[in-house]
Amino acid sequence: MTTSHESENQEMQTSVKPSSLADVANAKAPKVPGTAALGTGLETRGVHAWFGKHHALSNISLDFAAGTVTALIGPSGCGKSTFIRTINRMHEFIPGAAMAGEVLLDGKDVYAPGTDVTKIRLQIGMVFQKPNPFPSMTIGENVLSGLKLAQLKVENKDDLLEECLERAGLWNEVKDRLGAHGGSLSGGQQQRLCIARALAVRPQVLLMDEPCSALDPGSTLRIEDTIRHLSDTMTIIIVTHNMQQAARVSDYTAFFLSDGGPGQMIEVAPTSEIFSRPQDSRTESYVTGRFG
Amino acid sequence: MSTQELVIPAPREIVTEPRRSDKIFRGVVTGGGLSSLAILGLIAIFLGYRGFEVLRQEGIGFITHSDWSISTDDAGNVLDSHFGLAAMLVGTILCSLIAVVIAVPISVFSALFLNFYAPGWLKKILITIIDMMAAFPSILFGIWGFLVLMPSVEYWAKLLHRYLGFIPFFDMQVPVYTRSPFVAGVVLSIMIIPIITSVSREIFSQAPLDRIQAAYALGATRWAMIKAVVIPHGRSGVIGGAMLGLGRAMGETVAVFTVLNIVFQVNWQMLLGAGGNVASLIILKFGDASPYEIKALMAAGLILFLLTLIVNAIANVIVKTTGKSGR
Repeated sequence: MTTSHESENQEMQTSVKPSSLADVANAKAPKVPGTAALGTGLETRGVHAWFGKHHALSNISLDFAAGTVTALIGPSGCGKSTFIRTINRMHEFIPGAAMAGEVLLDGKDVYAPGTDVTKIRLQIGMVFQKPNPFPSMTIGENVLSGLKLAQLKVENKDDLLEECLERAGLWNEVKDRLGAHGGSLSGGQQQRLCIARALAVRPQVLLMDEPCSALDPGSTLRIEDTIRHLSDTMTIIIVTHNMQQAARVSDYTAFFLSDGGPGQMIEVAPTSEIFSRPQDSRTESYVTGRFG
Repeated sequence: MSTQELVIPAPREIVTEPRRSDKIFRGVVTGGGLSSLAILGLIAIFLGYRGFEVLRQEGIGFITHSDWSISTDDAGNVLDSHFGLAAMLVGTILCSLIAVVIAVPISVFSALFLNFYAPGWLKKILITIIDMMAAFPSILFGIWGFLVLMPSVEYWAKLLHRYLGFIPFFDMQVPVYTRSPFVAGVVLSIMIIPIITSVSREIFSQAPLDRIQAAYALGATRWAMIKAVVIPHGRSGVIGGAMLGLGRAMGETVAVFTVLNIVFQVNWQMLLGAGGNVASLIILKFGDASPYEIKALMAAGLILFLLTLIVNAIANVIVKTTGKSGR
């Protein structure tokens, strides 16, 4: 762990609600390759979210160290998806949606006035629950669509195309039909196409909202494999209902729960600890399958 | 497995017996659907029956010649008659094309504004106003065109003529700028903007949310998202709306009659004050037409009817061929 990151964590501990994640991040840090090159990661401080008058999410402070995979688990309706959508400012598209708190990317608040929100979404990519390729574009165009949408210039598009499809684990399956339409792929392939598309704009952080919930076990395993590889070069936050998946892919796991009121974060710890000796009895009930 | 050979059965006939309520509803719906078809068919038969004599007399000349004259003796017997619709057909097509060319961009931008940029309160007000425009009597559009638009359009017509005169459409030999197909086209465009806007707005609002979010999540600006998702999705719907508007523009009578100079001369020069369309011809001649001329007007109506059908058929083909890609 770099010194800059340590000071970041100390600062966080003194200024806001203490979180066990700081210690956790330090403990886990040596396992993370290439941390220094990845910036100082992502941090949320006291994030609340509302839909109209409905208070959906309360006081989430989490620290996502660069180059780690964090799984968000918890029963439906506990605010996990809402939480990750506040991170890349997709939350505000919903009419009546509001938020409070701070989301810091490399120490800068993404909600600060004057922030270019399109730039934020380039740095914090997202993969959705349902594969959503652009059906009017070919496979190749889909992968590179982010460049066009954000008006980015790239030296060698073919190399980028191959690299992204390779990293998403799809290159071998589609290299001979890059001109085919995105909709002609199977569900699992479409989801990997969406991952490749998100990678092409080179995000620092990748948010994944139940990326495998619509997929068969084979495709799921391929995507989990992809996630593990991607975490060498970016910070990943994945929402999942599949506990095995959380255990397989993540370095840290955060447990969210709503007791009728707004969703709260009950506990965050290295994934092995969450599943072996959770601190909170509610976490234990959930991970052992007694409710949820 | 038994040793017996597997006998592959013939596919079973699957019969469903709908419930009575379903049967009744089916009858009501079928009746509604067929009645509109029947009415349309009856109109076509009526027009064909009444116009048949003139059509046989004039032959193909009815749509290729441009004169409209009839002379009768004192007893009302027809001595000589020439009926040809060419100028009116050209006028119909020219005016409605001008209308569509002007109206489609304005409508598409209005629809995009209403769906993606307008704040909620303004959206409500504007939608009400636009829907009201659709119900506005066409004579008022005609009078407005005559009194307000005509005096000012001369300036624009001269401008178009000076800078775009090398294109045949904008060329003109005789400087008669008022009462031109251009003026009629502008009036018609205002009449069809509401239709095209509401069809476009509806189709744009159905653009799939997951793709909109995908575009935003990739760092798209709103305009980039619209280009990548909303327009490909809505393209065929906009074409359909434009064709509805084109149909209305081709059949429009009073507004065109008010602003257009009806001259029996084929005129493709949109700025020149000469033209007319089939519907306005009918209203012009209907009042004091002899029985034989009435038949000619019915035949003209039949031709307009067929022209509208052809345009709609072309529209269907366009929608089918372009519709697939964006969905």
